[in-house]
Amino acid sequence: MTQRRPPRVVMPGPVEWLRDNLFSSPLNALLTVLALFLVYWIVVPFFQWAIVDAAWSGTTREACLARENGACWPFIIQRIDQFIYGFYDLAQRWRVDLTLAGLAAGLMWLTLPGLPAKRGVGAVMLTAFPVVAFVLLVGGVGLERVPTERWGGLIITLVVAVVGIVASLPLGILLALGRRSELPVVKGLSVAFIEFWRGVPLITVLFMAANMLPLFMGVSVNKLLAALIAVALFSSAYMAEVIRGGLQAIPKGQYEAAAAMGLGYWQSMIFIILPQALRLSLPNIVGNFIGLLKDTSLVSIIGFFDLLGIAQAGTADAAWATPNTALTGYAFVGAVYWAMCFSMSRYSKHLEGVLASGEKR
Amino acid sequence: MRLLFAALTAVLVAAAPAWAAGSPTLERVKKNGYLRCGVNEGLPGFASPDAKGNWTGMDVDFCRAVAAAIFNDPKKVRFTPTSAKVRFTVLQSGEVDLLSRNTTWTMSRDTQLGLEFVGVSYYDGQGFMVPKKLNVTSAKQLNGANVCTNTGTTTELNLADYFRANGLKYKVIAFEKNAEVLAAYDAGRCDAYTTDASGLYAERLKLRNASDHIILPEIISKEPLGPLVNQGDQQWGDLVRWTLFALMNAEELGVTQRNADQMLKSANPEVRRLLGVEGAFGESIGLTKDWVVRIVKGAGNYGEIFERNVGVNSPLKIKRGQNALWNKGGLHYAPPVR
Amino acid sequence: MPRANHIPWWRTRRTQNVAFQVLLVVGVAVLGFVLVTNAMETIQRQNIATGFRFLNNTAGFDIVQTLIPYNETSTYARVLLVGVLNTLVVASIGIVFATLLGFVIGIGQLSSNWLVAKLCRAYVEIVRNVPLLLQIFFWYFAVLRALPGPRESWGLGDAVFLNSRGLYLPGPHTDQGFGFVLLALAAGVVGSFLVAARARRVREVTGVVTPVLPLVLTLIVVPVAIASAAAGFPVTFSWPALSGLNFDGGTVVLPELMALIVALATYTASYIGEIVRAGIQGVSRGQMEASQAMGLSRGQTLRLVIVPQAMRQIIPPLTSQYLNLTKNSSLAVAIAYPDLVSVFAGTSLSQTGQAIEIIAITMAVYLTLSLLTSAFMNWYNARVALTER
Repeated sequence: MTQRRPPRVVMPGPVEWLRDNLFSSPLNALLTVLALFLVYWIVVPFFQWAIVDAAWSGTTREACLARENGACWPFIIQRIDQFIYGFYDLAQRWRVDLTLAGLAAGLMWLTLPGLPAKRGVGAVMLTAFPVVAFVLLVGGVGLERVPTERWGGLIITLVVAVVGIVASLPLGILLALGRRSELPVVKGLSVAFIEFWRGVPLITVLFMAANMLPLFMGVSVNKLLAALIAVALFSSAYMAEVIRGGLQAIPKGQYEAAAAMGLGYWQSMIFIILPQALRLSLPNIVGNFIGLLKDTSLVSIIGFFDLLGIAQAGTADAAWATPNTALTGYAFVGAVYWAMCFSMSRYSKHLEGVLASGEKR
Repeated sequence: MRLLFAALTAVLVAAAPAWAAGSPTLERVKKNGYLRCGVNEGLPGFASPDAKGNWTGMDVDFCRAVAAAIFNDPKKVRFTPTSAKVRFTVLQSGEVDLLSRNTTWTMSRDTQLGLEFVGVSYYDGQGFMVPKKLNVTSAKQLNGANVCTNTGTTTELNLADYFRANGLKYKVIAFEKNAEVLAAYDAGRCDAYTTDASGLYAERLKLRNASDHIILPEIISKEPLGPLVNQGDQQWGDLVRWTLFALMNAEELGVTQRNADQMLKSANPEVRRLLGVEGAFGESIGLTKDWVVRIVKGAGNYGEIFERNVGVNSPLKIKRGQNALWNKGGLHYAPPVR
Repeated sequence: MPRANHIPWWRTRRTQNVAFQVLLVVGVAVLGFVLVTNAMETIQRQNIATGFRFLNNTAGFDIVQTLIPYNETSTYARVLLVGVLNTLVVASIGIVFATLLGFVIGIGQLSSNWLVAKLCRAYVEIVRNVPLLLQIFFWYFAVLRALPGPRESWGLGDAVFLNSRGLYLPGPHTDQGFGFVLLALAAGVVGSFLVAARARRVREVTGVVTPVLPLVLTLIVVPVAIASAAAGFPVTFSWPALSGLNFDGGTVVLPELMALIVALATYTASYIGEIVRAGIQGVSRGQMEASQAMGLSRGQTLRLVIVPQAMRQIIPPLTSQYLNLTKNSSLAVAIAYPDLVSVFAGTSLSQTGQAIEIIAITMAVYLTLSLLTSAFMNWYNARVALTER
């Protein structure tokens, strides 16, 4: 009998690793060289521009004019308030801070694993929080009114995205149920509604809100409210499709079991099907939110000073006329969007993993 | 959803029409406690917000004059920045009470949009700005040029007419917003930038080196700019129109922001009528008889507004030219108050 | 029948369903009626022109890129057509580049080369998480800043010039008789399809592979050549040349179009990359092992076994990305590319003031495009669906 030897454990050294992963064949070696070149060609000039050659201190454009080939960060530093609050009244900005803090706290509570009472917190975030946030941001109940024309920057971006997604949730659920309904009229109307909004670009929807909504409503509509209605309708169609995906993933047995227990349509939907379907759709709902958050940048085209709008307004300001102001503004706004979207897409991935492991059991 | 509903209700309540006697628009403005004014998104000298969101400019000051006439407080205005494209809809839908946004008075706009121009607040004309290094001194030399401008304005049409009439070739690059037109011009996308001359002076300030660019002598169009109101509320139209005339009459009669109170004691019957010492002309448009005092003290007279915002001592450095009063060689000729 | 179980007719499921649907229809109708009446009232009160007659009015403005003859005296209907064509141009070119780049990124993510895989992954994570509008602005101003002025153009011989006014290429101009050439080309293409279909049938029945390519080439080239000769070669080329401030002659690819295509293609490619990766990973491992066992090389495995199977999974989401790209091309309005939204829902709307009609037409165009795409997708799905024998 041959003596059993323990399996050979080879810790690949850096040379082996390089050979296996980067230079396993001539073609691979060529690709590696090309990729290295690409990285060098993109990353190095970017770092040069954004960090090495950039102007970092100073309070006026003179600081940036001296650094011709670098980013103009003083522009961002001096205007950071505008990027967050827009033209929101200085003395009232604590209200924005409070709203943002509430939103952040609620979201953290919901996303961090291990914290109790998630369901309760979720319910509060979906019902009470919007009302409180509305009062805080708009005013009333003893608070000074801040007209929406003065809102801007990150608040506009977040308000449009969050209201869009929260408002589209109930509508999306109804539409998803409608599309799966056996009643021909309900199904037909749902399909038509969903396909209409999914078939047209958001910018035409926003133009419609700006140009046509006032005519159809017959009364004057606040410009922001018009945009919010448009975004909510638009995103409800996408939400409906996401939730329909969740509904389709529920095994038929669940429907039959609910029916066997004598539950009616609404009872079985509310107590049995929807809770499961929504849980399954959660990663895609987050994905939807990412898409919507990115799409909010379109409101700058119809005259809102959202993050992008503020950056553009800054570039048209004589006080900051430098060759790099526009690019710096875009880079900053891009980084902010990227940080928000990337972290959410990570969270969505994580959720998928949790759901998948839950299914396996 | 609840948020939306609450907001919707708020808006519906706020916008409930008041069919009271007199001017429904004036009633609404008084009930709101402020005037809603549509202005440019950002055109230095005419309407632009500073870093704190305070608006300044000629168009802005006109809104303040109307607010002063109504409330005796020029601050009771809310400004809605409007793009060239949505400005008419914003007024038509009643989102603003008054549009004071360097808008050219044309026949089609006056007759087809359901809107009414109340007068001319600034005589303008379309011109061209080019980089000095292009060595162009006349618009006639712009054959084959790429010309940047913004969409939704009469400038696109004037441009087409001018080049066609002169047998010149051109390409028009039309952007949605002023900021983008300027950025593209600055990046060398176009040989020339065309818009109203006043706008060119304003935009030139935003360039890195304003002195590297010149404004060509040709003015290729008549652009009488003026404030607009919705058709169908005659009294409101009168109020806005006579506010404009009051500004000009005040300048003509030498009533200024500083001397308005002293002028009340003037012996000149025209001044006495204007300031409401004799007669009560303001009451016929739903205001008080000291309406012009309120206007001039709140916003200054036309000349003061002009000099403060765009005049030779402002950054824009525009001469009065056509915008002087009729008795000083200009075109502004306000009907008398009597 | 037991009487106790009898449900009164108004409480049966059937009646309730009908009643619910009738109520719904009535509700929707009332809502529609209210909206329309409101709009009519406002329009009447404000004396705004209505109807589609404006389409026959003279537009009076110029458009920088037109595929069909257009000038200031053309009508708004013509503007609409020019806009639709310009949208189709940017969408179709964008789709080609997005697909190419997307497949590279998707396959690259699965590369055994660590650096290439990480690079492709990083590309997807960066590009996908930044708003497209921002990327369009970035590319537009980056492109503009990089390009020289017209007098300092980069040239390639005397035929191709690149400057901040665009990419100038020699342009074909067709003369009389070009129709014949087109006709000949069409005939050749139809003939080729017939030949190819016949070849496929022969292969399916007998297993004999007939080489089709030479025949097809002859079928297309010969008639076109004959027709051209007969019509006296009705195509002439004009060359771009500096005249006055700018280049004249030839054809020009606008910087706006370039920036838009780059932005749309790179952005959509990040989504297509993910779709391709998922599609390839979705093909069962056994397929890969089996083809390796059969002695196919890695390239052959990919090309002959994996990709054709992955395509079934890839095509449906891919089509919806194509649709997204088409819809996203409407952001052209931000950088002055004269697409449908820019010239029609933009300039024309503000010149005529007829918001309802113009927005409705614009939306209808996009809806038609998406319905056509969905129809094509259904047709394709049916074609590639697994046929089990």
